[in-house]
Amino acid sequence: MTTLTIDGHVVETDEKDMPLLWFLRDKLQKTGTRFGCGKGLCGTCTVLVDNHAVRSCQFPVFALDGKKVTTIEGLSEHGDHPLQKAWQEKNVPQCGYCQGGQILSAVALLNSDPNPTDEAIDNAMVGNICRCGTYGRIREAIKSVQGGSQ
Amino acid sequence: MNTVSSFNRRDFLRLSGVTCSGLILGFSAEAETSSPENFNPDVFLTLEPSGTIHIYAHRSEMGTGIRTVLPMVVADELGADWDDVDIRQATGDKKFGSQNTDGSRSIWKFFDRMRTAGATAGFLLNQAAAARWNVDPSTCRRDASHVIHKASGKRIAFKELVGEAAKLPLPKADELTFKAPEERTYIGKGKKVVDFADMVSGKAVFGADIRLPNMLFAVVERSPVLGAKWKDFDKEAPLKVKGVNQVVTITPYKAPHAFQALGGIAVLADHTHAAIKGREKLNTQWGTSEHDHYDSDAYRDELLATAEKEGTVVRHKGDYKEAIKGLTTHSASYYTPHLLHQPMEPPVATADFKDGRCIVWAPTQNPQAAQDAVAAALEIPASQVTVHVTLLGGGFGRKSKPDYVAEAALLSQKVGRPVQVVWTREDDIQHDYFHSVAALKLEAGLDKKGYPEAWSMRTVFPSISSTFAEGVVQASAGEMGLGFSDLPFDVPHILCENGPAPAHVRIGWLRSVANIQHAFAIHSFVDELAAKAGIDPLAYLNRVIGRDRKIDLKAEGADYPNYGAPLEKYPVDTARLKHVLNTAAKDADWGRQLPVGQGQGIAVHRSFLSYIAIAVRVRVLGRKVVIEQVDLAIDCGLAVHPERIRSQMEGSVVFGISLAMMGKATMKNGAVDQSNFHDAPVARITDAKTKINVTLVQSEAPPGGVGEPGVPPFAPALCNAIFAATGKRVRSLPIKEHDLSEA
Repeated sequence: MTTLTIDGHVVETDEKDMPLLWFLRDKLQKTGTRFGCGKGLCGTCTVLVDNHAVRSCQFPVFALDGKKVTTIEGLSEHGDHPLQKAWQEKNVPQCGYCQGGQILSAVALLNSDPNPTDEAIDNAMVGNICRCGTYGRIREAIKSVQGGSQ
Repeated sequence: MNTVSSFNRRDFLRLSGVTCSGLILGFSAEAETSSPENFNPDVFLTLEPSGTIHIYAHRSEMGTGIRTVLPMVVADELGADWDDVDIRQATGDKKFGSQNTDGSRSIWKFFDRMRTAGATAGFLLNQAAAARWNVDPSTCRRDASHVIHKASGKRIAFKELVGEAAKLPLPKADELTFKAPEERTYIGKGKKVVDFADMVSGKAVFGADIRLPNMLFAVVERSPVLGAKWKDFDKEAPLKVKGVNQVVTITPYKAPHAFQALGGIAVLADHTHAAIKGREKLNTQWGTSEHDHYDSDAYRDELLATAEKEGTVVRHKGDYKEAIKGLTTHSASYYTPHLLHQPMEPPVATADFKDGRCIVWAPTQNPQAAQDAVAAALEIPASQVTVHVTLLGGGFGRKSKPDYVAEAALLSQKVGRPVQVVWTREDDIQHDYFHSVAALKLEAGLDKKGYPEAWSMRTVFPSISSTFAEGVVQASAGEMGLGFSDLPFDVPHILCENGPAPAHVRIGWLRSVANIQHAFAIHSFVDELAAKAGIDPLAYLNRVIGRDRKIDLKAEGADYPNYGAPLEKYPVDTARLKHVLNTAAKDADWGRQLPVGQGQGIAVHRSFLSYIAIAVRVRVLGRKVVIEQVDLAIDCGLAVHPERIRSQMEGSVVFGISLAMMGKATMKNGAVDQSNFHDAPVARITDAKTKINVTLVQSEAPPGGVGEPGVPPFAPALCNAIFAATGKRVRSLPIKEHDLSEA
């Protein structure tokens, strides 16, 4: 039995090798975490595990015993985390599909480096693909909350 | 067993078909809006006595903001307070007109239609208010969901007038009046995209987010080579995977494949992971196909050879062959590979077939085509198919082709349960409707100063028509009109030809379609001619485009479809073309002194009724190309939502970076070599470091397209910049395959 906390809820499961992505989506019906590649290549499925950005398609549930998982749905109660607000203010999304993963990668970045340089932003965000090409605005949105996140 | 706490409310909302996002997925919307108390003057618009104004978004949202922008046009003309507007996503229904969200035409095809919807309702509300006040309706105006008597300042809310307005006869077209530009409240200014809050909080509903009771998840094994059928597979092994429910087959398509399900073996399971794992156990043996020998590298040589031979004439102005005699000539061949769509959300669809009816939820660009594809697959009338459109996690043309929707419907019919078909990234890449591989040969006869007197070009590529009819080898007139037969240069003798090319994979349209190969070749070649003449490319281009005029392509020998728009309303206007060219050049500080290893390039292209120029500055370090500066100028006529136009332009440049720098798909023995983002990369944040500067030309011309036309000029502008930096001419894409360190 694996026990983990997901967006503040304690969840127990005997699932073993099911990746966290599918556990969230298909078992818990938490569909805010999205599938992009299944190989940890695109960052779409990013969640926070103990405040680190990880690709949920690569993490089997059994490896998360005792861990605290935060998805885009649990990042804030009303969708008003400073980065979520900045994303709207800077009109970042186009199709919106990858943006939950983008925001969580940015949250992890600002948690460890509240005032990242352009290079630090690129390094933190390089794993998150946006096919619509919103990168410039992602960079602007992150910069607009430098130091202001949590 | 899972012990799950308190996701119940959400589950309930999903299962009842209504989501937190405001995207209505059930039938309730139809029932509500046809209530007799409501005022429903137009299929796009219903006003409730409560004050809520429902506006139908009939086009699909894949990132352009169209779900916000078209309702915004209705609301502006109506005089509605935006806060009163509730946007509802239309199901596939011909009453809305075309819902095929591609071709960058949502705005230009429906701008007037949306204004008419708003004006019609507004006309009747004015009449109802005027009757109450016993004044002439023309003395009333509308603002913030109120009718206002201009002279007295008396106001009455729309909601008070709903009952009376609903009883009035609809106005004739010539009775309607429209706002003057200075009276507009939302058009030209824009509103925040209505889906942003849900997109950044995970609540937005995309294709894979539909959850129905008793639903199975399916993945399908499809033939790696187009047209092969399975010989054998292991029916039992997948069932040993925990969670797998059953294994069923989907009958292979009958040629031409069009939008049919490809066919294959489906593994259905309680969750996606089990379905994926189960499929790995199928051990399928595939039979042969006529496409088994397709090798895209060999095909490249074949296409280039075809481009050397005379083809079918698609435009002839003057007498090219006579004119070329005695002139100095320059010629070059260009090549672009197959390209992939790779939307971040791979194809996915959910279907529930019951009692002869099928309800579908899908991220589709074309719900009416999806309806038809499902009806044909299930052999039921289209009237028995309902297609709900979710948000699309990217489309780029891929989700215009509803093969994946047909799969879900067929599987639901077969297993008698709701089914969600999930495509993995590998499925997406290996079973795409590929952008066509293409070869072009260009030749120019030059005058003494080095300007073209005669211009010929041949384009050779498997046509999109091959998807819809067997044996097609020639391109369609539509494809020839995508930046080829509409060459806007002032050259006395022009000859455009198309050579034959059979298709060996499914060919489809990708964002900006054949403009990609045509713009790349033409705008690179004109840069070659400028270099050969020793003339600055900007000055050369201005001269080659020539005097201000609206080009009469028919008189110049072309049967030009103009994206389906009338040429009188949307002419090919060289003044506008030059204006964006010179605007981008000015923004780029064209011609400035640059350090060694840097260069500027420029290209200008009209497509989808809009004019776009892009200037690029690069720094080349060995094999590495660093894009230092991008200046884009667009004239799309009236800019209905400037912020979304800018975002489309920025996105188009990044799309251009992907296809120019790294984009390609290759095939060996008929099968696609690539499988995921490691071997089919697209631009990441590190590939798009520079800020993309966008200038919008102010215009009151009828609005043109913006979703696609930013893409075509980017690759040639970039390659021209590389030439300026290195002296090395890139005549085939992607750029990453060229060693630029050896000049």
